[in-house]
Amino acid sequence: MPRNSNIKKVLVIGSGPIVIGQAAEFDYAGTQACRSLKEEGICVVLVNSNPATIMTDKDIADMVYIEPLTVSVLEQIIKKEKPDSILPTLGGQAGLNLAMELAESGFLKEHHVELIGTTPETIKKAEDRLEFKMTMEKIKEPIAASLVVENIEDGVSFAKEIGYPIVLRPAYTLGGSGGGIAENEEELVEILSNGLRLSRVGQVLVERCIAGWKEIEYEVMRDNAGNCITVCNMENLDPVGVHTGDSIVVAPSQTLGDKEYQMLRSSALNIIDELKITGGCNVQFALHPSSFEYCVIEVNPRVSRSSALASKATGYPIAKVAAKIALGYTLDEIKNAITKKTYASFEPALDYCVVKIPRLPFDKFISAKRTLTTQMKATGEVMSICTNFEGALMKALRSLEQHVDSLLSYDFSNLTEKELEKALYRVDDRRIFVIAEALRKGISYKTIHKITKIDNWFIDKIAILVEMEQRLKKETLTTELLKEAKRLEFPDSVIGRLTKKTEKEIKALREQYQIRAAFQMVDTCAAEFAAETPYYYSCFGSKTEVEIQKRKKKVLVLGSGPIRIGQGIEFDYCSVHSTWAFRQEGYETIIINNNPETVSTDFDIADKLYFEPLTPEDVQNIVEVEQPDGAVVQFGGQTAIKLTESLMKMGVPILGTKAEDVDAAEDRELFDKILEECKIPRPAGHTVFTCEEAVRAANDLGYPVLVRPSYVLGGQGMRIAISEEDIREFIGIINRIAQEHPILVDKYLVGKEIEVDAVCDGTNILIPGIMEHIERAGIHSGDSISVYPAQSISQVAVDTIEEYTKRLAKALHVKGMINIQFIVCQDKVYVIEVNPRSSRTVPYISKVTGIPIVKLATKVIIGDTIQELGYQPGLQKKSEYIAIKMPVFSFEKLRGADVNLGPEMKSTGECLGIAHQFNEALYKAFLGAGVNLPKHRKMVLTVNDEAKEEALEIGRRFEALGYMIYATLGTAKYLQQNKVHAVKINKLEQESPNLMDLIYSHELDLVIDIPAQGYERSRDGFLIRRHAIETGVNVITALDTAYALLTSLEDAKNRILTPVDIATLNP
Amino acid sequence: MKAFLILEDGTIFTGTSIGSKREVISEIVFHTSMTGYLEILTDPSYAGQAVVMTYPLIGNYGICYQDMESKTLWPDGYIVRELSRVSSNFRSEEDIQTILIKYDIPGICGIDTRALTKILREKGTMNGMITTDETCLLESKIETVKKRIKAYCCKGVVKRVTCKEKKVLKGEGFQVALLDFGAKDNIARSLHKRGCEVTIYPAETKAEEILAEKPDGIMLSNGPGDPKECITIIKEIKKLYDSNVPIFAICLGHQLMALATGADTRKLKYGHRGGNHPIKDLQTGRVYISSQNHGYVVEEDTVDPKIAEPSFCNVNDGTNEGLHYLGKNIFTVQFHPEACPGPQDTNFLFDRFVNMMEVFGLKKNGGV
Repeated sequence: MPRNSNIKKVLVIGSGPIVIGQAAEFDYAGTQACRSLKEEGICVVLVNSNPATIMTDKDIADMVYIEPLTVSVLEQIIKKEKPDSILPTLGGQAGLNLAMELAESGFLKEHHVELIGTTPETIKKAEDRLEFKMTMEKIKEPIAASLVVENIEDGVSFAKEIGYPIVLRPAYTLGGSGGGIAENEEELVEILSNGLRLSRVGQVLVERCIAGWKEIEYEVMRDNAGNCITVCNMENLDPVGVHTGDSIVVAPSQTLGDKEYQMLRSSALNIIDELKITGGCNVQFALHPSSFEYCVIEVNPRVSRSSALASKATGYPIAKVAAKIALGYTLDEIKNAITKKTYASFEPALDYCVVKIPRLPFDKFISAKRTLTTQMKATGEVMSICTNFEGALMKALRSLEQHVDSLLSYDFSNLTEKELEKALYRVDDRRIFVIAEALRKGISYKTIHKITKIDNWFIDKIAILVEMEQRLKKETLTTELLKEAKRLEFPDSVIGRLTKKTEKEIKALREQYQIRAAFQMVDTCAAEFAAETPYYYSCFGSKTEVEIQKRKKKVLVLGSGPIRIGQGIEFDYCSVHSTWAFRQEGYETIIINNNPETVSTDFDIADKLYFEPLTPEDVQNIVEVEQPDGAVVQFGGQTAIKLTESLMKMGVPILGTKAEDVDAAEDRELFDKILEECKIPRPAGHTVFTCEEAVRAANDLGYPVLVRPSYVLGGQGMRIAISEEDIREFIGIINRIAQEHPILVDKYLVGKEIEVDAVCDGTNILIPGIMEHIERAGIHSGDSISVYPAQSISQVAVDTIEEYTKRLAKALHVKGMINIQFIVCQDKVYVIEVNPRSSRTVPYISKVTGIPIVKLATKVIIGDTIQELGYQPGLQKKSEYIAIKMPVFSFEKLRGADVNLGPEMKSTGECLGIAHQFNEALYKAFLGAGVNLPKHRKMVLTVNDEAKEEALEIGRRFEALGYMIYATLGTAKYLQQNKVHAVKINKLEQESPNLMDLIYSHELDLVIDIPAQGYERSRDGFLIRRHAIETGVNVITALDTAYALLTSLEDAKNRILTPVDIATLNP
Repeated sequence: MKAFLILEDGTIFTGTSIGSKREVISEIVFHTSMTGYLEILTDPSYAGQAVVMTYPLIGNYGICYQDMESKTLWPDGYIVRELSRVSSNFRSEEDIQTILIKYDIPGICGIDTRALTKILREKGTMNGMITTDETCLLESKIETVKKRIKAYCCKGVVKRVTCKEKKVLKGEGFQVALLDFGAKDNIARSLHKRGCEVTIYPAETKAEEILAEKPDGIMLSNGPGDPKECITIIKEIKKLYDSNVPIFAICLGHQLMALATGADTRKLKYGHRGGNHPIKDLQTGRVYISSQNHGYVVEEDTVDPKIAEPSFCNVNDGTNEGLHYLGKNIFTVQFHPEACPGPQDTNFLFDRFVNMMEVFGLKKNGGV
């Protein structure tokens, strides 16, 4: 079938801010689809509230709206742009839900807009629990005994019927949000009530528990002609019970025979055919480990995290093909972009093994429960490829960048056999290390399997790794042993540790024995056809397939690894744009990265893609083969920066700012010297190594002080201390996270926090704009609301900032990007942080100013000057729009994580509000972040003593908006005394009705809880915030955020939001 | 123990011996299925060949005897990257190492199967030797060894694999005569599952003998080797063609029918062996994923358009995947609708065959 020529203008809906359960995979899918549509000459209108994405670039779509993803905003965009079609299957659950609402209300029909790639019927059949159940029954596909309930009573009685444990799955939620396994009635009631609230339609599926079964997924494609294929199947190492997003996943399945494999494949095709899906679809199965019984767990009628993984695991571009199918093509008409010989109707055959490991945020949220359940908790993931499972697992582990390089990295050796058996029952992110230790202690496969239900095949593979550890410890390191250790992907450093040799010695031995990494191709077809796309992975014991042609200059672009809090999708944006710019300048580009969710690991972004861990050894393997002319590290976040020194040792020139200058910015003493030379003030501070030194420093500076480790991401471990007690506590925490670098103690200044990204060509600088944080200093910049252009600082301050930026960039010999954070205190400007690299705000500021900063920085690195690139040096003129970046959090997914904001970053994503008016921009930003108020006009206000006065103003203004304010004794009294009507409510430990009852009344709009500075020891505040978050109440922990929210609400009543096409913005 | 794979072009792979330690020379072919190693090992079509598995991890789910596609293992040799230490499946009765020894199949593991596959892809299928005798590699011996390898030619394999005498699978429905050229068991099972009574005949059974039993339909099976070698069988098939009895043929059967009716076959450079090949139904335009295992193919332009027309083609290389015989109740396919291993997408063809027998029977009884 040729393409449908009626389709000329397509609206693509993105997935919004990055939250747990909906991450970069949708930027990857959306970007690929948009490019695929444009290839067909289609005009693409894109809407997504997330400014850090690549899909929201004007190079990717024709019209770009970075607007809140709400029905009314979409309606306005549709009215304005008049697309003929909507492609809703690429924006995750969020995009699909919106499309459903637009279709159900009749709006699409009225405006003659077609849904392409799916139909409302299909979405409903797959997503609505009842319809899904009926559909599966109709085609005789088994599902676990279940009932859709809309109230707790029905759930309880059905549970009695089918018996505990029971699985609960809310309809239409993200990443299994609000779901869980209940072992008894009490747990059932708790999870069910939460799930009912989170479900958009107030439905929860109560289901027979199939925990412990094998969890298997199939990625399938279907076209309009009914042709179906499977792209890939995957097996979860963790059996049913752990969300697939939190499971270690292997592709293809390893423990399924052809009978099981084909049975589930046929079932998946049967399902996709019945649902009449046109495009990609993910089907999840539970397979009984000792029979052919299976259940369909879930069907996602759209591209998903799993489809991103499957695309990267096989080389089959699911989103691209899905977009072509949406246009009417059939699978046999779409060329396989990797082989260019076969067609999209060819099922990929793998001749390697792929392992995915989730990146869990427990290093950030120390108080959060590490337990893994059906509620996803991972912020990102890594993938690795090898010819054997053990190697793929080892590579994936070290890709995580969590100080893990082998199965020895978490030490459980102090546990006895008994304790280990107990520990095996704990399903958390460290279980695999516990299994390894259990094997070391001689616990049998049988016992491990009995407790964990993990298949013996996987246990054996872990055992093979453990045996190798023992052999390396005990045996002489022969060629054969070293070869075998490398085949299992033991890093030189680990082999060195185990054989009591240095890493260097191991490397030398490898040279001597000629044991080198080989690079093989991911070609979708197991070498059956010659492939043209250079997508590689390493392994040992094979022949390298990389062909080196030295025609052009060659640059290595280092990616940023897994998405984690503090290092998100924005660095992928930077890496990709830098790659494109190098390519434009005639360079051969090589990307190294290990994140399957990202655009950078798409096979056609760089000239060559190496899907590899970002450790010095792995990078060196590539360097030895490729011999690049240089490497660029300033776009890949801390991950890439950390590799600078190693690259230099390998003899790879660092392009752009030199390593010693990067060091100078991070090294306190060197940096102080530079500041002194530049005559730039910074808050007074000291570098210390011990707790006693820290206490002395704090006394010298006067409290409050900021305490933080140097060389970290996203303010990890940074705290505000108001007392010696705090200091002792913090230093303890810092020293727990392996810390070789000094600790910084700085005077904490209360002032406006300002952020600047600039490009420097060695002589001149270009500042696209100045951003101001709404929250006063003390809250991590990534968690602050950021406003461009800065609203409340004087021209004097602006000039000073421009001047300081220039001085600093020059003093640090910056070539490329620099990011500086300032504090402005009564017109006096202090520097608090300098990062001579690309930052989190680069995509945001690029989009709102229309200045392609990464491209400029890359060209400057190559040798152009800012003027040659057509720009006047200095601070660029302000945009006519105000753009506000709002942090978005995923607290509801992380049981036990503290919601309270501080110097340590906690947000997972961001969204943008852009408008002519400040208030409208702010309103859009809040709306984009899901704060849609007012609803019930009830709120709780509790503040510490220092903030009482400010609370008064907040109270007054909320009262004026018609809010009923509840407050605990102190705050209530103060408000009442000052003529703000406040209802006193009992504290948690006091008798009912108390705060908890109020929270669970489901009528609260908002909790404003301002804890005291310093280390918070109040259990009460923590509990209030947690319970509020878990019941879907907005929580604000900073006064400035509260003001901002008020401002956005105060004249919101009659406001009509105007969507802004940012593709029309020009500098 | 070390083992070596020596190709006729002189390429040498060094690995570890698995299975029998016996030396073997055979034609080396690669298979891209990721599951179904036992089905492949027991597929008689691999007689006279040594199979390379492109998927590197083999033996993971052990050996489930129930899944055997014939009574024994057929390949001359087995070439893999890695064999699993454990057999993890609730039905597994044995591990793959044991079964290779039990059935005396020599093999080699621990070699770069991808590099080997690429050689076969670039240069075409070729002969090779699996040996544990290191002296073969000696400069003084290697040329003679290469000559020996090159000289290998597999002949008369159908005779080797076919059943020695007639067998009957009782059923209540249609009487199907299955000519066993090396049939995979699932062909008979697929018919039996549809109620047919299946009589399995040795490959060289005379057409008259089969027709005398008045079968409702005839099934020509898959099998190994060069179809043109089967001169006597082809003659018998021509008689079956003339008989008007409905015929369904798979793989070698498909090629033999084509040869019997005047078309030609040729050898593919490296064959189609895997479970992921898209084939297109030329009548409906529908694409199915098929299980494939063939080194020869019917040359479509030698098919007399008055006798047969193409019904399926391979989406990747456009080669013929099926023929529909004009004015006859005969359809034949190159791929394997019986799957095992591989996708079951085309097993509706067995329904089509049953349907054909039904319609034919009605017509016959109605005196048409």
